[in-house]
Amino acid sequence: MRLDIEIQHGFANRTSSGAAPFTVDVSLSLDARAVALVGPSGSGKTTILNAVVGVFRPGHGRIALDDIVLLDTARRINVSQSRRRIGYVFQDGRLFPHLTVRRNLLYGRWFSPRLEQGLGLDDVVALLGIGHLMDRRPDALSGGEKQRVAIGRALLAKPRLLLMDEPLAALDLERRAQILPLIERLRDELALPIVLVSHDPIEVARIATSTVELRNGRVSAVHSAPSAKPVKRAVGSADVIPLAASFRRSAR
Amino acid sequence: MLTPEEMDALQLSLKVAFCATLISIPFAIAAAFALSRLRFPGRSLLDSAVHLPLVLPPVVTGYLLLLTFGRRGPVGQLLEAHFGIVLSFRWTGAVLAAAIMGFPLLVRSVRLSMEAVDRRYEQAAGSLGASPLWVFLTVTLPLTLPGIIAGAILAFAKALGEFGATITFVSAIPGETRTIPAAIYGYVQTPGADGSAMRLAVLAALVSIVALAASEAMARRMSLRGA
Repeated sequence: MRLDIEIQHGFANRTSSGAAPFTVDVSLSLDARAVALVGPSGSGKTTILNAVVGVFRPGHGRIALDDIVLLDTARRINVSQSRRRIGYVFQDGRLFPHLTVRRNLLYGRWFSPRLEQGLGLDDVVALLGIGHLMDRRPDALSGGEKQRVAIGRALLAKPRLLLMDEPLAALDLERRAQILPLIERLRDELALPIVLVSHDPIEVARIATSTVELRNGRVSAVHSAPSAKPVKRAVGSADVIPLAASFRRSAR
Repeated sequence: MLTPEEMDALQLSLKVAFCATLISIPFAIAAAFALSRLRFPGRSLLDSAVHLPLVLPPVVTGYLLLLTFGRRGPVGQLLEAHFGIVLSFRWTGAVLAAAIMGFPLLVRSVRLSMEAVDRRYEQAAGSLGASPLWVFLTVTLPLTLPGIIAGAILAFAKALGEFGATITFVSAIPGETRTIPAAIYGYVQTPGADGSAMRLAVLAALVSIVALAASEAMARRMSLRGA
């Protein structure tokens, strides 16, 4: 995937937290299979995710995924959230409490292009091992189960890109150990581009092929890990996108 | 057990209350949505207007309805000329009066429930490709449902008991606009009709208690779910 993100936005000091006025000024051009955004709280990670998914419109910016322009303030392009087809896995799962697991999973199918190739319900259920949960309600699921269903729900909406905001933060070590390999399989076997926000170095090391460090709303460093372990487990998937990562770091 | 007259009053009351509740629900959802989600000029004015029937003397509400929707009122004239609808002194007018009087209760309940809906579910639905209208229909509205039902039960009970605005606007014509409260009032004024008054009073109390219990049960279920 090639992901271009350019955001300039000044947040007036409207919050009651007393934080100083905050400016996000980021320019990234990434060629990677999985990008991790890391940095302390308030460094702009979630702002970037929200801009990519389309719930936040920056004052100035351009966001493009491969050839698809999602936002270009200069050209007055702003694709609405529902048309961007960017999957979002939240830290807290956010399964719809009034729907069963099955209907949660199928929610996005109503809106995704019908004819497009993609994983079917059975594939996703098998991949995530959630077949026995289908008729339950979300409040009857454990944290790890919720998160697996949330990943499945995002996958079935046939996203072009999967954003994950600390997807494992709410889970204990054992559950993390179960879900991490699943995320790796999404990256390798499904060739689904991933943007991950995380505070956990292990998570970042295992999932990300490149890492963007943010500090005070700016990019402070970009690391690519072309030496990251090659995708041996991705049997039969010749979809391995060139790992050559080209990064451009710009400070305005 | 009930005389035909009393039976008429009961049936009419149920019909009026049912129609009034059903008609108000969509308007109440729209009003609750506007009040809880939208920022627009005149928002506090709308808020006050919705709550007005709660604080105005019902007789005043009924009189205002008569001035507006009566056969010589501006809206009443329009309705009659263009749609052939006459509200004053008809059971449909009783429906309007009951709907207006129950409206604040309904809006309040729906609004509280809608404000309690976690916006993050709506955001999640958006990220799955649902347009704002679909998000509202498939996420916001179902999560608001307990509040809608609880409010509808309250509004129904209020409509059953409505007296002041109804009798001012549409009078108490037996079989047409004489609902239970109006009938009770009539029997109380009539020598020797104490039995009728008492039977209808017990009936009214029973219906109200059942409605209140149902509303409470709904509210409890809602708070359990929200936890």
